[in-house]
Amino acid sequence: MRARPAEYELAAPGTLSAVLSLLAQEPGEWLPIAGGTDVMVQYCAGRLPSRKLVSIWNLPELRRIEVTPNEVRVGAGCTYTDLRQHEIVSREFVLLTTAAGWTGGIANQNRGTLGGNVINGSPAADSLPALLVYEAELILVSAKRERRLAYGDFHTDYRKTRLAPDELVQSICLSRRFSEYYAHARKVGARNAQAISKVCLAALGRLVEGAVDDVRLAMGSVAPVPLRLRETERVVRGRRIKAELIQLASKTAAAEIRPIDDIRSTARYREAVAGNLVAEFLERLSIAGRQHE
Amino acid sequence: MSTGGIVGRSVPRLEGRDKVTGQARYVDDISLPGMLFGATVRSRIPRGKIAKVTFGPGVDWDEFVIVSAKDIPGKNCIALIDDDEPCLADGTVNHPEEPILLLAHPDRRLLPQAVEAVCIEYEPLPAVFNIEESEQQSQIIWGTDNVFKSYLIEKGDVDAAWEEADYIVEGEYTTGAQEQLYIENNGMIAAFDPQQGVTVWGSMQCPYYVHKSLVKLFNLPGERVRVVQTETGGAFGGKEDYPSVIAGHAALLAMKSGRPVKIAYDRIEDMAATTKRHPSRTRHRTAVSKDGKILGGEIEFTIDGGAYETLSPVVLSRGAIHAGGAYYWPAIRIRAKAVATNTPPQGAFRGFGAPQSLFALERHMDRIAKVVQLSPIEIRRRNFLKPGETTTTGQTVNEAVDLGKLLDRAMQLSDYSAKKDRFARENKESTRKKGIGIASFLHGAGFTGSGERYLSSVVGVEGCADGTVRILVSSTEFGQGTNTVLCQIVAEALKVRYENVSIARPDTQEVPNSGPTVASRTVMVVGKLVLSAALGIRQTLEASGLLGATYSPEEFRAAVRAYVAKNGNFRSLARYEQPEDIVWDEQKYRGSAYAAYAWAIYVAEVTVDLTSYSVSVDDFVALQEVGRVLHPVLAKGQIIGGIAQGIGFALYEKVIWEKGRMQNGQMTNYIIPTSADLAPIRVYFEELGNVHGAYGAKGIGELPMDGPAPAVINAVEDALGVPFNSIPLLPEDIFDALTNKREREKLSHVTGDHR
Amino acid sequence: MSESPPNRAKCEISLQVNGKVVAVRTYPMERLLDVLREQLGLTGTKEGCGEGECGSCSVLVDGVLVNSCLVPVLQAKDAKITTIEGLAEGERLHALQQAFLEFGGAQCGICTPGMILAAFHLLSKSPQPTTEEIREGLSGNLCRCTGYAQIVEAVAEVGRRGAGG
Repeated sequence: MRARPAEYELAAPGTLSAVLSLLAQEPGEWLPIAGGTDVMVQYCAGRLPSRKLVSIWNLPELRRIEVTPNEVRVGAGCTYTDLRQHEIVSREFVLLTTAAGWTGGIANQNRGTLGGNVINGSPAADSLPALLVYEAELILVSAKRERRLAYGDFHTDYRKTRLAPDELVQSICLSRRFSEYYAHARKVGARNAQAISKVCLAALGRLVEGAVDDVRLAMGSVAPVPLRLRETERVVRGRRIKAELIQLASKTAAAEIRPIDDIRSTARYREAVAGNLVAEFLERLSIAGRQHE
Repeated sequence: MSTGGIVGRSVPRLEGRDKVTGQARYVDDISLPGMLFGATVRSRIPRGKIAKVTFGPGVDWDEFVIVSAKDIPGKNCIALIDDDEPCLADGTVNHPEEPILLLAHPDRRLLPQAVEAVCIEYEPLPAVFNIEESEQQSQIIWGTDNVFKSYLIEKGDVDAAWEEADYIVEGEYTTGAQEQLYIENNGMIAAFDPQQGVTVWGSMQCPYYVHKSLVKLFNLPGERVRVVQTETGGAFGGKEDYPSVIAGHAALLAMKSGRPVKIAYDRIEDMAATTKRHPSRTRHRTAVSKDGKILGGEIEFTIDGGAYETLSPVVLSRGAIHAGGAYYWPAIRIRAKAVATNTPPQGAFRGFGAPQSLFALERHMDRIAKVVQLSPIEIRRRNFLKPGETTTTGQTVNEAVDLGKLLDRAMQLSDYSAKKDRFARENKESTRKKGIGIASFLHGAGFTGSGERYLSSVVGVEGCADGTVRILVSSTEFGQGTNTVLCQIVAEALKVRYENVSIARPDTQEVPNSGPTVASRTVMVVGKLVLSAALGIRQTLEASGLLGATYSPEEFRAAVRAYVAKNGNFRSLARYEQPEDIVWDEQKYRGSAYAAYAWAIYVAEVTVDLTSYSVSVDDFVALQEVGRVLHPVLAKGQIIGGIAQGIGFALYEKVIWEKGRMQNGQMTNYIIPTSADLAPIRVYFEELGNVHGAYGAKGIGELPMDGPAPAVINAVEDALGVPFNSIPLLPEDIFDALTNKREREKLSHVTGDHR
Repeated sequence: MSESPPNRAKCEISLQVNGKVVAVRTYPMERLLDVLREQLGLTGTKEGCGEGECGSCSVLVDGVLVNSCLVPVLQAKDAKITTIEGLAEGERLHALQQAFLEFGGAQCGICTPGMILAAFHLLSKSPQPTTEEIREGLSGNLCRCTGYAQIVEAVAEVGRRGAGG
């Protein structure tokens, strides 16, 4: 433990509006901390620059899930366990709950929040590709206003987002229109649990009369931000799934991503595996399609 | 609880209850009144001279105790074999993380920033970071030639073997560093009293090693140094010699401050600064006949010892002696050397050189099989050591071990033949390639050669006032069940109740030196001595007329009580004597290297997923002959735990080095298997007994570390048809090999013609 | 002279630990782990990594398993906390503790408190877990000694006996 608790302030006003007031009064001064599974790791290593933190853990306004006919609004303060345990979220947004089950061990899933994942903007975060393919929208709030933003526009660069200094993510809104799609997610990490991903894929597909009517692909750990593979989707959309298409899609995906060498893996490995994961998805989509005929 | 039949049963663990209730007290659970906390200022460069030390701003330095090399009363060294490692750097540093200064303060939380605030300027010198750079000798960083130690083992006429050979098979195999990753970090508490001397309490395997090093560091007589082991949360060799370093540091701070001092590392520091398994490179060149018999060979075995010699000569010794494995070599030449690099000194890790040389050998056997066009099974069967034959050091195998039968049983348990055929068929159509691989090996228990004689271990068994008996050994418990098994042995020997045998805490003030808790020697060597000492208690009672030739446990207890009431506590001591048939020539490095060997055949079944290039171990059969299983649950636990570490060694655990510093020193980035990564491991024992061990038991602690890596990598080659000769084998390496044609051409080549 | 930042204020925090209400006066960013170990003397909960990876610091907060090295104590205000010391009832061991002893689930013991609590938590959600569920449920608790097999056996046995969480 390399931090001195005596140097840190942790405010816990207890309501969302009180927290937002604090952020409005001193924008950029207070670091919000929810479950702490990211912030506290930095803190314990003596590498947390912020000395003033404000707790947003367990705020009722943030830790709830609202279900409407068209949309499920997941509060940013929901933990991964909250997601996994919610009947509708686990039935209709299986990519998200699968990713939630990949994140750390059970103890970290009980504390880590979806909002935390979103705000950190790490390209390796497991749940973010799922949000991309579900075309999530974020509700951002501050003391002054509330605004809605397409999640796909939220990350601007490595760990950089469009979040204003006085803002918090209140909810992640998920459209229910993908519930009939074929869903496939896969994470490749160094081991089966508690692994930061080397490559991960979230994918949705729908076949109509044997051709790909719609396909959505997003990957983690292959670019400075979680990446929607729009080129690869373009190449696949409207076509029938055959060996040549699978090869083409695989190659396109490998070319579309911008992976790097880092402490966990290499760029060329990530390219190859990304291509393989896309191929695997298309093969399974094809089989699923045939099973429905 | 009945007596007799105590050995061989899974009696309740003596140490167990405290561990499951959270009552067990590890060093960081302990506080002494007035205790300070200590921290270490370490080198940030791999090699150079210390030019200037500045105590930076932002810290009230008057509140801190500061210790440097100048404060050392005795010799500035960590006494081990050759005393070359300084306790604190004095003017020069030879590896990143080398300790330079020590700080202490009452507030633990002030230390990290204080350490950061010490500014050290260096005049860097060129450094070497791996075996090849060290061998080039363009920089001499240790001694005259960067070589800590070398051995030559010779048997028979190797040069004649080249002439006779139908095939000559060559191969080079490398293994990386491996971090022990005990879940409890290193820690020590020290106290200093001008009259009583130094006392330390802490996490350790070898109280008397720490004792010896403190005696030298402080220039004190042995009676004024006291070392006590606290409950130790895992060790695996990583707490064999390093505790002497941290104990010395804590004791120096205690001396300077006049207060007790605790130094407890966090994970970041422990991973960065403490010992790891020696990286290795083994080169094989083997003369083989066309019917697959080994005629002779040369083995060059080189290990990277880091910046100081520490234990490298002994790791080298064991690795070199095991390099020929469980096979008969009519002729062999083994050239072994340990070289210096500017990395933190490497140290002991379960297996201690044997996992490295046996990985190479067992991979090489599969290579020989391919060249000679025999199966991996057949090549081994034709070369297994048999009773009456001699090992590479000329030791005669004098037990009735039948490796061929062991192999048959392992094949049957693993369904080897059917699976091998099925995988070959099914792999053609699948992106998930399956393979099955085998490793056959041995592991010598106890210290090598004359080591046990040199140790001259002493144990005691004491009769106590309440009629119970108490074992006095310096052997430590750190998960293997030392306390339980030694008490079982005594209870069985004396035919008393297991509950009426206790064991003293390893405290050098209380117990004699039964040697270090290493080398798989505790049950076999120390256990045998304890048995002997226990019988001495009985003899004393019989001689005094208090005990008849037969007796009940209650009568025994009464006799002890009566004897103590009359004469006070009484002790029976036993000292190790080298059996006459164990003869070793230290100069020629020939003879009986170990009193006993355990033998094993391991079979690994793997799947290589070509989507992710990851390897999963789907089934693992571990069959070993261990003399006698004294406690089935504990024995099984040792085997499975060791195999998990061996699988880590093969597939997961990579130390990423940059300029001598570990880059991935956090649990997030240094990957060991979780419970979700390990398939069931099936463990089977055979028991031939053995005269040298207590109740016929041989050492098993390290055996399971030797087999998994080669078995797994042999299975991966079976699955993919591509050889891999370097571990850890990561998915990225598999991917590179499959796509890089140049890599695939580094296969064995054949010289010499078929005759 | 000293230029370190001024000390922030301590606060009074009430917690219920193993059924007993306690009040601690401490910094809000003190880790729950350190409050338990250093202020309350409950040293059964261990620190193995300080990064939420090894699970040795696992405790239950309001019945939920968390890594206490990652919880600022202020966030545990008024919570019901269970540590390993709270599992046995006097001399009587919990079924999990008993099973760990029987099956060899503890070797060196340092991961054991966290592991037992993780198992307790698993059984409270899934009283008769399959081997796979056990392996997944414990995957956030690292053990270096056992290779997990005998831990899984112990937990499975408790599940079978129906004596779980």
